[in-house]
Amino acid sequence: MHNHFDCHDLLGSLSDYLDGEARQELCRAIETHMAECPNCRIVVDTLKKTIYLVHATAESQLPDDVRARLYKTLELTDYLK
Amino acid sequence: MSDNTALPISLPALQAGDRAEFARLVETYSPQIYRLALKILGNAQDAEDVLQNTFLKALQSLPTFEGRSSLSTWLYRIAVNEALMLIRKHRPEVQVLAGDSDSDDDEDYIPVQFVDWTTIPEDALLSSEAVTYLDQAIQRLPPKLRLVFLLRDVEGLSIRETSEALGLTDTAVKTRLLRARLFLREQLSGYYQERLLEEKH
Ligand SMILES: [Zn+2]
Repeated sequence: MHNHFDCHDLLGSLSDYLDGEARQELCRAIETHMAECPNCRIVVDTLKKTIYLVHATAESQLPDDVRARLYKTLELTDYLK
Repeated sequence: MSDNTALPISLPALQAGDRAEFARLVETYSPQIYRLALKILGNAQDAEDVLQNTFLKALQSLPTFEGRSSLSTWLYRIAVNEALMLIRKHRPEVQVLAGDSDSDDDEDYIPVQFVDWTTIPEDALLSSEAVTYLDQAIQRLPPKLRLVFLLRDVEGLSIRETSEALGLTDTAVKTRLLRARLFLREQLSGYYQERLLEEKH
């Protein structure tokens, strides 16, 4: 680990951090850096929120007509409920 | 909708040609496969073609499927290949998966927007206009980043499953995922910054 953990280091380890895959030592370095660097704190917070919004808006509705044509193509209309 | 989709799908039954079990596979995974295709291709007709071809191919390949990955990862893999075939047909110049050039465009992903828009209330963050903007931003992702992002962050596959579905290394998946997320963060920051400014006026 570097003596000085900078913005560039933070950027490189961001996905691991957000996905909960960063080791404890790395998490501490990231959190220490964020406390001192408002820009990085904003990047982390807005990145978290971005991922959250993507999850929150991901619907998976199959339109009825698309579903009916799929079952027909697959000769599964007997199972169409 | 019936609740028999809660039971795990039986691979031996599928491979024995059990039609009811195949119908359950289709019922369980077709909404996700359609969503993925729609977001890769941005076109409902193409997405429907990919959906149908995915399950037709799955039916053909079931006898030789060894079950080394989960059924869902396997289906995603088929769907991605079908979608890539369509992209190549429509836009042969786009290089979607070829990716030794992962390091040459690093500069493009360094954050430049530092507006804290997380204070905007949830209903405003999720207004229908904002949701449309987000969808369009996902469409603006370079295709090779978009695939990784869709599988990991929209479909919820693990890094490992995403690598398997795309035939990429874990490292390539991680690099592309971070870039895709940073790209969308920039886009959303620009969008929400304007909403914040409007509010003040
Ligand atoms: Zn910093």
